[in-house]
Amino acid sequence: MGRALGVLIWLITLGSVLLFASGKWWFPATISEHGPEIDRQFMRTIIVVGISFVAAQVALGWAVWKYRATPGDTTRAVYSHGNNRLEIIWTVVTAVVFISLAVIGQRVWAQLHFVGAPAGSYQVEVVAQQFQWNFHYAGVDGQFGRTDPSLIGSSNLIGLDPADPKSRDDAVLATLVLPVNRPVELTLRSIDVTHSFWVPPLRFKQDLVPGMAIHVHFTPTKTGQYELACAELCGQFHYRMRGYVIILPQDEHNALMALPPDQFQTRVGQLRQQYPIVY
Amino acid sequence: MSAHEISGEAHRHEPPKSFIRKYIFSLDHKVIGIQYMLLAMTSVLFGVVMSVLMRMNLSWPGTKWPILGTLFPTGAPEGVMSPEFYLSLVTMHGTMMVFFVLTTAPQGGFGNYFLPIQIGADDMAFPFLNMMSFWVTFVGFLVLVLAIFVEGNQTIGAWFSGLGDWMQGGSGTVGPIGGWTAYPPLSALGKIAGPGQGAGMSLWIISIAIFCVGSLLGALNFITTLLNMRTRGMSLMRMPLTCWAWFTTAVLALLAFPVLLAGGILLFLDRTAGTSFFIPGGEVVTDTLITSHQGGSPILWQHLFWFFGHPEVYIAILPGMGATSHILSTFARKPIFGYRAMVFAMFGIGLLGFFVWGHHMFISGMSPYSAMAFSILTLSIGVPSAIKTFNWIGTLWGAKIRFTVPMLFALGFVSLFVSGGITGLVLGQTSLDLPMHDTYFVLAHFHLVMGVAAIFGMFAAMSFWYPKMFGRMMNETIGKIHFWITFIGVYSIFMPMHIMGIIGMPRRYAQFAENGQSIYHFIDPADPLVKFVTAAAIVTALAQVLFYFNFFWSLFKGKKAGDNPWEATTLEWTTATPPPHDNFAGVVPTVYRGPYEFAVPGAPNDFILQTERDAEVAEVDGGTSGNGSDGHGH
Repeated sequence: MGRALGVLIWLITLGSVLLFASGKWWFPATISEHGPEIDRQFMRTIIVVGISFVAAQVALGWAVWKYRATPGDTTRAVYSHGNNRLEIIWTVVTAVVFISLAVIGQRVWAQLHFVGAPAGSYQVEVVAQQFQWNFHYAGVDGQFGRTDPSLIGSSNLIGLDPADPKSRDDAVLATLVLPVNRPVELTLRSIDVTHSFWVPPLRFKQDLVPGMAIHVHFTPTKTGQYELACAELCGQFHYRMRGYVIILPQDEHNALMALPPDQFQTRVGQLRQQYPIVY
Repeated sequence: MSAHEISGEAHRHEPPKSFIRKYIFSLDHKVIGIQYMLLAMTSVLFGVVMSVLMRMNLSWPGTKWPILGTLFPTGAPEGVMSPEFYLSLVTMHGTMMVFFVLTTAPQGGFGNYFLPIQIGADDMAFPFLNMMSFWVTFVGFLVLVLAIFVEGNQTIGAWFSGLGDWMQGGSGTVGPIGGWTAYPPLSALGKIAGPGQGAGMSLWIISIAIFCVGSLLGALNFITTLLNMRTRGMSLMRMPLTCWAWFTTAVLALLAFPVLLAGGILLFLDRTAGTSFFIPGGEVVTDTLITSHQGGSPILWQHLFWFFGHPEVYIAILPGMGATSHILSTFARKPIFGYRAMVFAMFGIGLLGFFVWGHHMFISGMSPYSAMAFSILTLSIGVPSAIKTFNWIGTLWGAKIRFTVPMLFALGFVSLFVSGGITGLVLGQTSLDLPMHDTYFVLAHFHLVMGVAAIFGMFAAMSFWYPKMFGRMMNETIGKIHFWITFIGVYSIFMPMHIMGIIGMPRRYAQFAENGQSIYHFIDPADPLVKFVTAAAIVTALAQVLFYFNFFWSLFKGKKAGDNPWEATTLEWTTATPPPHDNFAGVVPTVYRGPYEFAVPGAPNDFILQTERDAEVAEVDGGTSGNGSDGHGH
């Protein structure tokens, strides 16, 4: 029984390591400036996790293999209540390793969240609702029109105020179009329940909380069309609250931004067909 | 610490005669303990069936399951599970499992039965309060079951609809759809936010509030009993680690449940009384402008919920740690390695457990600076967890292991606790939470560590104490088959979920394909894993029939058990099997040594009961001498 359990624990350990190391399943390739650092921190962490996991399971398997009671053996186990020096060693070692990991991991977090978006960032306002994404573009004047929840309806999804001159050239679309290699600042809002903005290749996720305008920033580094998912349970059709993010070369993006709202919308429709979805 | 005197006569009560006072409204902690266990064994059936239904929908979305169509004509029309039906399964699976399984059996069940006996008391400090805490919890369970029927059945739903919009049921689901975390505004807005959010959600809050009260009463009782009712010689540092675990758990419950209770009341007021604790102004839901609420904060609920919710994770797992330590030492035939370190580590986990709730909220919109503090505190909690693991393996080093069923499950606990706990290093980091938050990686992590490991702790405890409770042994062969299938099964279910999370698969999605088309292409690579996990889940769920069969069959047909079938050392093994009404038949036991005196050199047996006097065993170096230090160190 002891040997069988020991071997089983080792096999489970081996199987788990192979599953992680197979290369068949992993993150989608990253498309943001901070993404590679997140991937590196993930690798650093998963190596510590892997070593600890393998060491603990191999030791456990070894102990149950080696120290099983055998029939007829009347000798006793080793009488020991522990070893204070060992306790201190493993406490200090794990404390140093774990807390160092936590500290190292803060760098990329600080870069994203402790400083505001750099000047000249491209801005889009995101307004989520059950179960769709609305992206509010400032238009050629670069200024967002006023919004008011009491104006929201099926033909005015974010409650844009038509009386505000700044709103005339604004566009509201279901697709997020961003320029490549330029910092992007999103202002995230929700009109009903909590949603979450999640684009796996961007390595970015942020909740959209009703009553709050949350400002976030990142820099996309690769053109293409990507899927956007909602990552916070928002109700019945949460699973199909899907959106798309198109990242364009800067010149193409500039040309798009110069278009009036109706042409802007048509052009984005064309881009959706033009760029295959990367996954 | 000096020996603690108690008066054995002060609160002795005679065994009751009537059936009702003996088995239903019993004041006997042993009966109440078994009642909690049966409640958990009932609730876990709901939880497991719901998880299998969820797996079926994920693997085969759109498939017709005729029996579901008959039971839930609205929620599963023609037997096809609707997304809202799936989400109500998510909610109720989580609620049943976290509250009525993981929080009842380990503490209210085994703790109730064995804490008084292990410290040499004749009952809990407040037997009436103890009875109340079970029956209050049971009412909470009934209200939760009512939430299933009030939403699932239109006739029952109609009974309550007269109470107002907040009690509109009959949506065809089996409860609310917001998950066990019940984040507002989804949970606060009522029926308008989605099916199941009317009566189902109201009853869910009432059920949890009642549960909080029951848990609070229980926690008070555990703490008082342990501090005041230890028998002669039972110093704190001579208590079995199980008692330390139940004590720490009770302290956590005492501090955590009131916060959830308060949060629940505020949420209920938001729904019914027009308050706005969690609902901001300017909400537009289903094209309706909500004008009756203003100024609330959805994030406030998350803080209140997780201030409870994170300690709750330790409330679920600590009793399993206690049982595992106890059982490992017993069947390793070796003293526990580092008893003091184990006690401090347990308290360390409990204490730190109150300062890490924010790691559930890194991307919630909370301050990124506090996120950083929460992250570093969270990774610190890995240190006491690692100490426990090292000490368990240290206990096995140089052992003479007896591979009984409880020992197999205890060893399984150690393996699963490591596998599940270690990924906390990933999820506790702010930056890594950006890709990992709310993916299947999180599901894998917490199911392994607080779900499956805790359940293994319960299986270990049940097979270990069954002979003491019921006078018969559980069947060893069935127990072993149950262990092998379950151990391989749970790893097959939850290991691949890590990979699904890395791929980016979000949790709480009712389906990943519709009409044969995948909804998100980035999830496509996970498809074979999804199917594999479902198969593993079905096999593992079916294997649990072995446990239920063994439990009931052994009650009547199990081999008769002696007073100390495992050759163990603590007080429950010094009394009759099953124990008499007042536990020690009027004798107040006296304790002379620590709880894990196995393999003492020179002693006649390889185990020494805590009640054996020094004169009865050969005096040995490092042995104990009644001064409260238990030969620890070196």
